Amino acid sequence: MADNGYISKKQFIEELRRYQKGSVTRRHFLGVTGLGAATAVLGAAMPALRPSSAFAQGIGDRVVLATWPNYHDTANFDAFTDATGAFVQVNVFGSNEEMLAKLQAGGSGWDVFVPTNYTITTYVAEDLIEPLDVSKLSNYDAGAFDPRFADAGTVDGTLYAVPKNWGTTGFAVNTSHDGGKALTTWKDFFDRTMDDFSGRTMVHDYQLTTIGNALKYFGYSFNSVDPKELADAEKLLIEAKPHLFAISSDYQPAMRSGDAWLTMCWTGDGKQMNSDIPEIHYVLGREGGEIWSDYYAIPKGAPHREAAYALINHMLDPQVNAREVLAHGYPVADSRTNALLPPEILNDPILYPAQELLDALEFGAAATLTDPNRAELLARFKSA
Amino acid sequence: MTRRERNWLLVAPAGAWFLVMLVLPLSFVFVFSFGERGPAGGYVPAFTLEQYANLPARWTAFKNTMVLAPLGTLAALLIAYPLAYQLAVRTDPRWKTLLLVLVIVPFWTSILIRSYAWIFILGGQGIPALLAALGIEDVRLIYTPFAVTVGIVYGYLPLMVFPIYVALDRLDKRLLEASSDLGARPFATFWQVTLPLSVPGVATGCMLVFILLMGEFLIPALLGGGKVFFVGNALVDLFLQSRNWAFGSAVAFTLILIMLVTVAIYMRLIARLQVRRDDVAIM
Repeated sequence: MADNGYISKKQFIEELRRYQKGSVTRRHFLGVTGLGAATAVLGAAMPALRPSSAFAQGIGDRVVLATWPNYHDTANFDAFTDATGAFVQVNVFGSNEEMLAKLQAGGSGWDVFVPTNYTITTYVAEDLIEPLDVSKLSNYDAGAFDPRFADAGTVDGTLYAVPKNWGTTGFAVNTSHDGGKALTTWKDFFDRTMDDFSGRTMVHDYQLTTIGNALKYFGYSFNSVDPKELADAEKLLIEAKPHLFAISSDYQPAMRSGDAWLTMCWTGDGKQMNSDIPEIHYVLGREGGEIWSDYYAIPKGAPHREAAYALINHMLDPQVNAREVLAHGYPVADSRTNALLPPEILNDPILYPAQELLDALEFGAAATLTDPNRAELLARFKSA
Repeated sequence: MTRRERNWLLVAPAGAWFLVMLVLPLSFVFVFSFGERGPAGGYVPAFTLEQYANLPARWTAFKNTMVLAPLGTLAALLIAYPLAYQLAVRTDPRWKTLLLVLVIVPFWTSILIRSYAWIFILGGQGIPALLAALGIEDVRLIYTPFAVTVGIVYGYLPLMVFPIYVALDRLDKRLLEASSDLGARPFATFWQVTLPLSVPGVATGCMLVFILLMGEFLIPALLGGGKVFFVGNALVDLFLQSRNWAFGSAVAFTLILIMLVTVAIYMRLIARLQVRRDDVAIM
């Protein structure tokens, strides 16, 4: 249960009882119920709730991590706190734009953040990211990483970010509602949304993927900023909007409750839902779509820089990283970690799709992230 | 210390707060609204009216807000008034405190968590499942404008109940007896005495709810499923997603102007109502 980062009402009550009886720790309770992120800020504001820094190795009593939802095994943070005395304060974000906005505004207070491949050159250009000192990352072994998922961390020969996980953006479909006709393409995704999946489809509240996948419907590049191609994608999205259940990146609850049957979806969410509800399949559109890779990085002016290095180094430990994969279901580019993973994970078609499906995918581009026309298109779509 | 110095000292904390937390940030927003978006987002100094010229791009958001904010206020008023009336006029004083506390209790939990709870109540496993068991199939509640209205009324009801309650509680009950002695039926008494005397409470409650609704973004985002787009949502996207701070500032400043004008007109109307009532009282 703690493995998939999601919890039913019944499990929540059971965990609450266990917590009240004292048989689980506060952090375990918050971790499995998802209340951890919500209270992390509060916890940090109340010194009595923080663990004592009796074992501190001079790295301070906390480290602030900005990351994505359902993306860690909280037991790994507990182990870090036990070893170093530094409490891991987790801030969860919904998009790379939001992370960039917080760092551009200044005073984020973050020590470690998790940018996606296409954002790193922008962070370097805006002078918001710290070059990494490899001597402080003993668990980083450049040779162990698949270069496809590690290259974006190096800009102009300087290492700014080390790989966390990679994955794909496809869609999740509840096959008990597809009437025996499987969906295999982005054309299916939008056509069926306006047909037998009407009122049951979710798209991301995120311009990069929602517009990118609408572009794939026409066979255009996922990264297109061509005005004519964007106009086609906009027409399709606005036509599909009355048939959508919601525009939201928080699609797991609705898919699990049965309110939604079809949603744009990232690898790990697809894996988490498929493990619990086997009728929910994860599909990569045959036309292509997005492949991405996330990194650990340190923002300029991080208040607990030593703790930041310690946390990244901890997460790069292949043992720790393997536990992360088992918890969140995103593949890693680190061969040392893969060697520790069970074969059913390494042969899982959701985590490691067939090569011909992967070949059709594109990495997001920096220009796609910052293009003002795509941002305005999404606003028109949402307010239509 | 002279009296004058003492007066300054008394207003100093509020004045400093007002300056640092309101005037200063608003000046930034004003200046930014004439600037331009940087190539990777953010703000680049400039002097252009381009951002204001671009306002029609957010017309739908303004329209939705201008429709849903008054509607939500009216719905909250229609539900809050009978409740406040019952509490103030007809409830046994021994129960009053307990019932009032019950109205406040929801405020002890964050609006975020309470709104999130509505996702489950209105979702497929909630009320629609109950209706389906009664034979009414395929009711969709969550992620509709209706769900947003329910969330708004739920979230802001106490803000409406309290001012009305206070106005009705202070009402001199002897006036009601006098009205009845002079031959007025209960409804006439309510219409001619109780309702006019509660106008200040109604006015305060409506203003509190209306102003907060104009800037609302959380409830539409959670219960509207991203499909119900308010100015508040447009602002969140402009600052946090597309990082177009210049345009975002122009939208924010326009929203403030609309609010100032609406509230000014509203105060005028209420003041006129009050004067009429005072005339009646003097007679």
